[in-house]
Amino acid sequence: MNVVALFKLVPDLVEELEIDQSGTALNTDFLRLIINELDDHAIEQAILLKERSGARMTVIGSDAEGADDVLYTAVAKGADQLIKLMGDPNAVINNHAMARATAIVLKELQPDLILTGVQAHNDLDGSIGPLVAEYLGMPYVGYVSGVNVQNGRIVVRKEYPGGLIAEMEVDLPAVVGIQSAEQPPRYVTVNKVRQAMKTAAIEERPLPALDVSGGAAIRRMFKPESATRAKMIEGSTEEVTARLLDIFKEIGAL
Amino acid sequence: MPFRETFWNIPHWAEIGQYILGLLTILVFAYGVFRRVKRWRMGQPEKRFDQIGKRLWSVLVDAFGQARTAQDAYAGIMHLTIFWGMVALFIGTALATVDWDVTHLFFGFQFLINGAYILYELILDIFGVLLLVGLGMAVYRRYFIRPPRLQPATAWQNALAQNVDRDDAYALVMLTLITLSGYFVEGLRIAVSKPEWSPWSPVGNALASWFIVTGDPTNRTLHLTLWTIHILVAFILIASIPFTKLFHILAAPLNIFFRSMQPAGTLIPARNDDQVGVKEWRDFTWKQLLDFEACVRCGRCQDACPAFASGASLSPRNFIISLKTHLWDTSSGHRLHGDVISSKELWACTSCRACVQVCPIFVDHLASIVDMRRYLVNEGEIDALLQKTLANLGRYGNSFGQSERLRVKWTQPIQAVIKDARKEAVEYLWFVGDYASYHVMFSDITRKTAQVFQKADLDFGILYDAERNTGNDVRRVGEEGLYESLVEKNAAVMSKCKYNTIVTTDPHTYNTLKNEYPANGNNHPVLHYTELLDQLIAAGKLQINKKLNYKVTYHDPCYLGRYNGIYDAPRRIIRALGCELTEMPRHGDRAFCCGAGGGKIWMEEQPEVKERPAESRVREAAGIPGVSTLVTTCPKDLVMFCDAVKTAGLEGKILVKDLIELVDEAM
Amino acid sequence: MNQDIYVVIEHLRGKTADISYLMLAGARALAQATGGEVIAVLLGHNAQSLANNMAADKVLYVEHPALAEFTSDAYQRTLAGLIAGKEPRAVLFASSSIGTDAASVLSARLKLPLISSCQSFSADGRPICQICGGKIMAESDLPDTTTLLTMTPGGYKPEEGQSGKAPDVIKVEAPSLDNLRVTLKQYIEPEAGDVDISKEPIIVSVGRGIQNQDNIEIAEELARALGGVVAASRPVVDQGWMSTSRLVGKSGKKVKPKIYLALGISGAPEHVEGMGESEVIIAINTDTNAPIFNVAKYGTTVDLFDLVPALTEKLREVKKV
Repeated sequence: MNVVALFKLVPDLVEELEIDQSGTALNTDFLRLIINELDDHAIEQAILLKERSGARMTVIGSDAEGADDVLYTAVAKGADQLIKLMGDPNAVINNHAMARATAIVLKELQPDLILTGVQAHNDLDGSIGPLVAEYLGMPYVGYVSGVNVQNGRIVVRKEYPGGLIAEMEVDLPAVVGIQSAEQPPRYVTVNKVRQAMKTAAIEERPLPALDVSGGAAIRRMFKPESATRAKMIEGSTEEVTARLLDIFKEIGAL
Repeated sequence: MPFRETFWNIPHWAEIGQYILGLLTILVFAYGVFRRVKRWRMGQPEKRFDQIGKRLWSVLVDAFGQARTAQDAYAGIMHLTIFWGMVALFIGTALATVDWDVTHLFFGFQFLINGAYILYELILDIFGVLLLVGLGMAVYRRYFIRPPRLQPATAWQNALAQNVDRDDAYALVMLTLITLSGYFVEGLRIAVSKPEWSPWSPVGNALASWFIVTGDPTNRTLHLTLWTIHILVAFILIASIPFTKLFHILAAPLNIFFRSMQPAGTLIPARNDDQVGVKEWRDFTWKQLLDFEACVRCGRCQDACPAFASGASLSPRNFIISLKTHLWDTSSGHRLHGDVISSKELWACTSCRACVQVCPIFVDHLASIVDMRRYLVNEGEIDALLQKTLANLGRYGNSFGQSERLRVKWTQPIQAVIKDARKEAVEYLWFVGDYASYHVMFSDITRKTAQVFQKADLDFGILYDAERNTGNDVRRVGEEGLYESLVEKNAAVMSKCKYNTIVTTDPHTYNTLKNEYPANGNNHPVLHYTELLDQLIAAGKLQINKKLNYKVTYHDPCYLGRYNGIYDAPRRIIRALGCELTEMPRHGDRAFCCGAGGGKIWMEEQPEVKERPAESRVREAAGIPGVSTLVTTCPKDLVMFCDAVKTAGLEGKILVKDLIELVDEAM
Repeated sequence: MNQDIYVVIEHLRGKTADISYLMLAGARALAQATGGEVIAVLLGHNAQSLANNMAADKVLYVEHPALAEFTSDAYQRTLAGLIAGKEPRAVLFASSSIGTDAASVLSARLKLPLISSCQSFSADGRPICQICGGKIMAESDLPDTTTLLTMTPGGYKPEEGQSGKAPDVIKVEAPSLDNLRVTLKQYIEPEAGDVDISKEPIIVSVGRGIQNQDNIEIAEELARALGGVVAASRPVVDQGWMSTSRLVGKSGKKVKPKIYLALGISGAPEHVEGMGESEVIIAINTDTNAPIFNVAKYGTTVDLFDLVPALTEKLREVKKV
């Protein structure tokens, strides 16, 4: 069985995010990229499937700062094939464009199952998984936290609010949007990743031309209004404690 | 003329028999030793033949002098009397052999005559008594007082406990039998031959009086019987040395000879081949295998261990015993990881080094624990919190998972800008450390440190956001690769800076910068801030404007005290500030770890823990009458103790302060 | 293309989700700018009565046994035909497990633009979206063709989408729903927790800032002192430090307590979805830029490890008197 995990790099929220001069995009000066956390789970789920059923596992992502590290880490975890999509780093890109282009590459690989994070925090035109599914003509189920292969199909655990799970049976080939892997993404030692750098090869494939139709033009980007911001209580621990007790009294909690 | 007829009353066949048995004994002994050495050599190589002079001196002081054994007064007396008693009696027998089989046989004379003989008999009798005293003390302690550290603890061990118990009893029984039978042989000889000089063998002489009733032919028969017993027991004892606890007679001095002569703060290097850490016992080095074999199960390490005291799964004693048993277990198919040693035990260790410090045989438990951790880390078998922390360290260079740019947030309120060591030359490069930089509880204290340096007119600078965790605890967790990458990053920045001395806030940072970074090319002297302040005070360069009259106690951080021997500098500073220092019972190299080291502060707490080490420590401090403040010189200690004060319900009863806060107050 | 705003109603096991009403309210706001009607789209089996309290001008109801419970394939096929046929100005989906399964696929299938994570509409009908963990807002132009949008809570109240007057229901023919590629096998109930946090008036909730499992103890003590219960955000539950029955958020429970004390919670949209409607939200977080402060009524950056024990102690004193 052929399993593919798709990932993308997104702004690391540990850093402060700023809007750039144009007011319509993020300032990239101090922007650091990190793998979309849910894509990390998708890779982990793919590795688990490989360990359980001996599938062949491929990881695909597009060229950006830190992509190599993600790919080598994936191979240290057990991935078989690494593909990096090379495109114009300055091109305007949205998930529709990325999905179309990736679908072309994926078609060649003939995957049975494609896993990717169900969403990324910088998605503005939907997430990439369902778009890829449609461009490949495959079924899609998202918000999945467990995948099991059974008789040429898969059974997924789909999460609903309140902890409710729906078990869905899906025909293969399919695309699954991962909410969380069955276990948290495993740690691989720096040494293992370094080993991987020496022994593994990243296939660089050109990204097919991008068609951004399907997205929307951002008119302006801004930080949330502080008009709705909380009333901040300043002072020492004692002062804040006292104020909070007053608030509790006012609300009638005491 | 004072003299003793060798082989008096011993028929010729017994004499011959003795020599034959003696030969057999030597053969069995040699085979036993050979068998053990062969097993050690199945381990990995390790270079331990450097600094021969230092090694021999250590054998003299620590093996023959038994310096560490004597730190427990009762055990010291007990063991030294047994040891020297046996040595004396053994030398005595050796002299008798030489006297009869060498000088008499080949050169026609004997030297154990007259005055020499009298002295010989007297000394041996006295040492025999000492030996019995020691044996008595041993029996009393082991079977009547029954201290916990001499009891087997784990369920796994209990299966073998009988063997262990028998082994312990065997040594005592055999030694007692030899000594008593020896005295009786002497007594019976004196009873029959009645030499004039018999009072010079006081014990034998006294015993002889018991046998006046039995009379001559009986006494001769008894003499021969007891002589035979004595010979047999002695030979069995000697032959059994390599097969029993008594092997420590050879193994302990060997272990002491081959101990690491590196500074305590230098961890054993990771192997450079494919195998990462220790997966099975053959992956240990021969020296580590010798460690397991030389251990005498005294249990002092267990008594000193903070993890054990807290109720966690780790007992350093049982760790070593389990490994030693596993070494010889060829049939059960037990696996080292999981069956013999659980990962819980391995992760419970705080790397405080109390076990290594207290061991009379110089076993290095920590080296083996870290080596086994290396394997677990490589397999990814670490708890989720630790995984997250290692990932953060790899990505952001600090254990808090915060941006590098926030590392210097603490500097913002400071008026005088601190020099950027990356841009200007400085005399002191101040390596602040993660906890002092990022932890909310410490930022104020780090600012005070900067103020103290400024008031003392020191030319210092920091690396700002280029500083990374120095990796001390990453290494103790077993992630060598991550450690190396952190070292690379730090070394790259430091190599471009111009400075004379490094000064650190954190003892963990201090330890690795001082002991392990030189191997990576950093050769500047490294000081902990207490060493620096101590120097400044001594040189009169630190203005102490007001004397603080606090009654304090001081906690020696593991990585400052046990690891690097810095006990006095902080105490001198405390006194110079005018504070009155009262020591806690566990101080100096017996200081009780706060429980944060070895990466434990990055891990989830084990559910079995009944009393956290930090809580035990603050209770100890609060228990000293009159003491208001617990002073420490490590950021992790401060965080752990402040937390412990809250959870132990001691708020208002004891304050926790870093020494720099007191210095700042006094300036 | 007409100027109507369609809202794909989300319902689960016979109950309409709050977000559906919220979307109706949002649709009304958008419809005011476009000049069209608000039309609810309801897919189901014997589910017609769900439409009764919807604040919509009309309800398009598609009846088919295969639509009894949500499956992505069935919904996609049904909506594809409907949207292509009716050509509304915009179609709103919930940004949820159900809505997102349908929206993006339809965007690709019908070659229509998609805007996700929309929280509200500006006065002239521009979608305002919340991205990057709630730290960034992006306002876009509504493209000149039928546009699909997924909506997140925060901009409108569900009450605004409810109505006492039942709208007209128009039955729409379902397409053939044979050979579905995705089928529902069964539902698995969550483990019954000891406490139903959605019924509690006082909730003390812990997030990543609590740092480890043992520290949750201090939150429990505070909850006890206040007479409330402890809940948690996703990172805490994922680590196994609290059971899923205590999870507040998109995948967990939605709570509307009198007081919601958020300890060390950053305030990512997925969490806010679960507690944003609480009466009084008090946030304790050392990061002054945490998005939680945008939904909280009161906030402080004092360290929770200092504040919480102090609060607990003071509460105990006060309650004794």
